[in-house]
Amino acid sequence: MKFLKLNFPPYATGLEIAWFFAFRAVCIAIFVFLVAPILVIIPLSFNKESFFSFTSGMLALKPEAYSLKWYRDIFANGMLAPDAPLSLDWFKDSWMRSQWMIALKNSIFVGVSATAVATTLGTLASVGLSRPEMPYRGLITGILISPMIVPIVITAAGMFFFFSQIGLSQTYLGLVLAHALLGTPFVVITVTATLTSFDRSLMRAAANLGANPLTAFFKVQMPLILPGIISGGLFAFITSFDEVVVVLFLAEPDQRTIPRQMWSGLREQVSPTILAVATILIMISLVLLMSLELTRRRMERLKMEAHS
Amino acid sequence: MHPTIDQKALTRQLATAERRNKIKAFLLVLPLLLFVLASFIVPIGSLVWQGGYSDTFANALPETSKLLAAWDAKSPVSEELVKSFVTELKASKLKDPATPTRVATVVNRELSGSVSKFKQVMNASDLASPYKEKLTALNGEWEKPDLWRAMKIVSPSFTPRFYLQAVDLRLTAEGDVKPEGDENAIHLLLFGRTLMVAALVTFFCALLGFPIAYLLAHAETKTSNMLLIIVLLPFWTSLLVRTTAWIALLQQNGVVNDFLVAIGLIDNDHRLVMMYNMFATLVAMTHVLLPFMILPMFSVMKTIKPNLVRAALSLGATPWTAFWKVYFPQTIPGLGAGCLLVFILAVGYYITPALVGGQSGQLISNIIAFHMQKTLNWSLASAIATLLLIGVLLLYWLYNRLVGIDKMKLA
Repeated sequence: MKFLKLNFPPYATGLEIAWFFAFRAVCIAIFVFLVAPILVIIPLSFNKESFFSFTSGMLALKPEAYSLKWYRDIFANGMLAPDAPLSLDWFKDSWMRSQWMIALKNSIFVGVSATAVATTLGTLASVGLSRPEMPYRGLITGILISPMIVPIVITAAGMFFFFSQIGLSQTYLGLVLAHALLGTPFVVITVTATLTSFDRSLMRAAANLGANPLTAFFKVQMPLILPGIISGGLFAFITSFDEVVVVLFLAEPDQRTIPRQMWSGLREQVSPTILAVATILIMISLVLLMSLELTRRRMERLKMEAHS
Repeated sequence: MHPTIDQKALTRQLATAERRNKIKAFLLVLPLLLFVLASFIVPIGSLVWQGGYSDTFANALPETSKLLAAWDAKSPVSEELVKSFVTELKASKLKDPATPTRVATVVNRELSGSVSKFKQVMNASDLASPYKEKLTALNGEWEKPDLWRAMKIVSPSFTPRFYLQAVDLRLTAEGDVKPEGDENAIHLLLFGRTLMVAALVTFFCALLGFPIAYLLAHAETKTSNMLLIIVLLPFWTSLLVRTTAWIALLQQNGVVNDFLVAIGLIDNDHRLVMMYNMFATLVAMTHVLLPFMILPMFSVMKTIKPNLVRAALSLGATPWTAFWKVYFPQTIPGLGAGCLLVFILAVGYYITPALVGGQSGQLISNIIAFHMQKTLNWSLASAIATLLLIGVLLLYWLYNRLVGIDKMKLA
């Protein structure tokens, strides 16, 4: 590790060197606390037994102690004929009936729809909020961001009462609207943050050159604030994809999303299938994080090249 | 032309243009504002309303409610009241067959055992004048004032009794406020426990987050970017995945216990109970909320100039004095923002305590969900939720005053 490099200045006292190592040790321990729980799940998901712990065979690295059966179970759980030979029909059966597949389809449908609503409304509002002539900005920003601050149980309970009265509970539309609402604060925060560095004279220049406001927005402003819109949308999607309380309160059993399915898995029938699903989700977030980091580095390099 | 007239026209034109710009900006915000008002502010409003309003009884038995309101809660009940009660209860079944049971459930919350007595009334076919004697013949309890007193308490639609119940007080039939009996007085305990857990989690997060933020802020850029990924990985990982991880680790047969047995620290028969209790709630919540502490501290510490500490050292300060008197005070904005953020999030936490907390690790959010889904006492759930909401909004206001909501950044 780079931060352990050992070139102490000659005047460093023994105490200072000891403190240097002690501080690093403490930091490593905290990093282990942060990451180890997540990483431990990955090998456990290949367990042959239905335990949440390492068997002696696994510790001895015996291949027969490991298996992919919990990954198979993700596809097979709920199928009509889970033991049929692997074929197109098997996958069709799985896609139509596996509980996890149904949950995945629900999660993606609700997440994408909610993100579309949240990103559109949020971007529009951010453009308005960042105009210097916007009235009551503080109050309105506070209202728009409040869904993020209010504890989720309170939001879900309020929505349950209100949506039941207007016939929106136990519908996909209600679920999408609820998740869109939870996602909008993230879009508003990221897009307004991006807009603070946006040079408004560009819009005047566009207008001056004959662009109508709509053209100026789509051709000039939007491309420049697109990174903010995308990351806001990403936050909104992840919020929906990871949300369980509103689904618990508002959705009917057919509308189970992945987190909802994990929730009942953890409460009712604890099986390592959850660990397999968790591993897949960890991989997705790792890939997401890595690609974000790479984009950031690329942007930095481009910036450096532009300056030199 | 006179110059002042020209100036007036110009001012007017400017004002019109400015007003038009204001309206334009507002129109852009309007769709989202309406959406948030309709799908969030109104539902929250209906929740606050529901905490003080419950019309199940008064809707089903309107005349009885009026008579109960006029009754002094001590003298024997009048024949008129009994007659109205029996006829209205019987009639309420015609509109919706579930209504009598619903009314009985509401009364039962004030006086347990009421449901069976209501059922007897519903099943009796020969109730006629004189109603009072017929009812007493059915069950001696109807002669005593207790049942009627319970009904008097639940009969008004607008009532403070749910808000009182949320802070372990109860309304009597006479309209007095008395402390709740010991077996029902759990809400203040849970409010207290929630505050304590939130404070402890905030403390642990600050304790663990400070060194990490320091390391991130003062390491070389490349190293700190790598380490930042380690901090962000849990942040980006699904909350349920992280909770699953802690279940796998802390169970009786989980990884930590296995490890401790394997190295001989504990005996196989005396595995530690770390799951489904307060300990699990604290550990898992600290893990989940730690990134929320590290990120604001990191962004503040990055701006602290190392020269100041060096200057302090060269002026003869010991490393501790230089840290405590020069460095630490500059981290207060980040530390304060992180603490407030973690505390706000922890106070309303639901998922983690529900999954790993067992009985002793439940927080106030869990009792709200419990009343919503299990006891179906929605008004009580709403009253508790409203109190929690007020607390969170106060903290939010404080956060806004000290940090500024527009300074809230996402990693």
